[in-house]
Amino acid sequence: MADRTLRDKVMSAEEVVARLRSGMTIGIGGWGSRRKPMALVRALLRSEVTDLTVVSYGGPDVGMLAAAGRIRRLVTAFGTLDSIPLEPHYRAARERGAFELVELDEAMLMWGLTAAVHRLPFLPVRAGLGSDVMRVNPHLRTVRSPYEDGEELVAVPALRLDAALVHLNRADRHGNGQYLGPDPYLDDLYCEAADHAYLSCERVVDTGELAKGGGPQTLLVKRLSVAGVVEAPNGAHFTSCSSDYERDEAFQRHYATTEWSAFAERFLAGSELDYRSAVAAWHEEQR
Amino acid sequence: MSDTPTTTTTTTTPTTRAEYCVIACAEAWRGDGEILASPMGAVPSVGARLAKLTFAPELLLTDGEALIVADVAPIGAAPQTVEGWLPYRQHLGLVMGGRRHVMMGASQIDRYGNQNISCIGDWARPTRQLLGFRGAPVNTLNNPTSYWIPKHSARVFVERVDVVCGVGNDRAVGPYHELRRVVSDLGVFDFATPDGSMRLVSVHPGVSVEQVVAATGFPLSIAEDVAPTREPTAAERRLIREVIDPRGWREKEVRS
Repeated sequence: MADRTLRDKVMSAEEVVARLRSGMTIGIGGWGSRRKPMALVRALLRSEVTDLTVVSYGGPDVGMLAAAGRIRRLVTAFGTLDSIPLEPHYRAARERGAFELVELDEAMLMWGLTAAVHRLPFLPVRAGLGSDVMRVNPHLRTVRSPYEDGEELVAVPALRLDAALVHLNRADRHGNGQYLGPDPYLDDLYCEAADHAYLSCERVVDTGELAKGGGPQTLLVKRLSVAGVVEAPNGAHFTSCSSDYERDEAFQRHYATTEWSAFAERFLAGSELDYRSAVAAWHEEQR
Repeated sequence: MSDTPTTTTTTTTPTTRAEYCVIACAEAWRGDGEILASPMGAVPSVGARLAKLTFAPELLLTDGEALIVADVAPIGAAPQTVEGWLPYRQHLGLVMGGRRHVMMGASQIDRYGNQNISCIGDWARPTRQLLGFRGAPVNTLNNPTSYWIPKHSARVFVERVDVVCGVGNDRAVGPYHELRRVVSDLGVFDFATPDGSMRLVSVHPGVSVEQVVAATGFPLSIAEDVAPTREPTAAERRLIREVIDPRGWREKEVRS
């Protein structure tokens, strides 16, 4: 049973998107084409919200939002579909100069999120120096160790977020989230770095069910950092959501090889239920 | 190549170019001890597994995701024995701890080992977007780094890279920068020169020094005693062909 003294944070994907504003900085969890909050991204694509700063280890979330012209500024270390090394719609948008890019190293992005979680202005990192990360990000500053070593390090600025979108396997109605795959990615950091975090999940369960599903270390996201919970079965599709399902490789290939407007028209014009039907119909055609 | 080559073909078929590349990649991890080997690409993956099965048994290997696996499964098959957990956040931490030797790819590499995997052309408006910086900057400043180039050409071995992702010897910063070697489909290179520039140390059998020089877009130092890349032993050849890569992924990455 849900605890009646606690807030029931369950809402629809549309209600999440209604709380987002154009111009916001939004962090998107997952990694490449792994456990991306795609149902929330699809809802975002159905809205008018635009002009976003997106922080993400980029996968099809970035590809779709960039292709749809919703990104003003992107903070990332890569854009990939994993089994397809280059995210084609991200790549096309980048080559036509569709958005401003803040391209960082993978570790720098992690420490920028960590600094935001800890409310630190920056964290020192041994990464970026000597490389063109410093040339293409003239806003980056360095710090010198105040101790005997005197080493110069990059002061990665905190990546504070207005909102975060993540997808986990299970959650309760209060925002406690659980992952059941091998990798938490950085989803808890996104949630804690954000003013408002929205967590979609495969299934909303009673709080008592969470610890039965896995050890306490699977309880990745705490309710104190979550503003809204969305039940979104298959909500990471076509990216992976181990151990509930793996990546839909056939459909991902279709996404990667289809011209954006044709893909969007067939799969993204309607509701999430329409999306599921369109994907099922597409799979039927392939048999 | 058949999925189950017979012992006869294993012992009688001559070593392929891809197999010399596997040996050269495996040798990169010799003497590394109990560290994580991070191979990127099919040939380095076969090489790291060969090293673990032979002369570098203490190496740690992942399944390419978050698990450290104790057994050496064939390329493309699921390992059976999990010995550890290494999600991305810990992996990035391990890089900074230095107990890792990565072998990355490179779309461009220059004579000092500066590597580009970000984009081709002007970064502000690239003609061709590639992978992005990924972890190349943090890798090269923190743990030993080698490179694997499956198609050696003057378009990859360039005078100047368009974007510096992996840091080369002329731009090295901090106490832990260390470039070990470069393996291509033509030969093996190190940086043991006074100015830390690239040096040819071995050519794969069937390749001439002149061929390597012609396919390289910068002046290449040549070791005094350029040797042929060593032959795999019969046991190594059997491991490559029957145990590690029975489906022949290596031959798809490097055509003979």
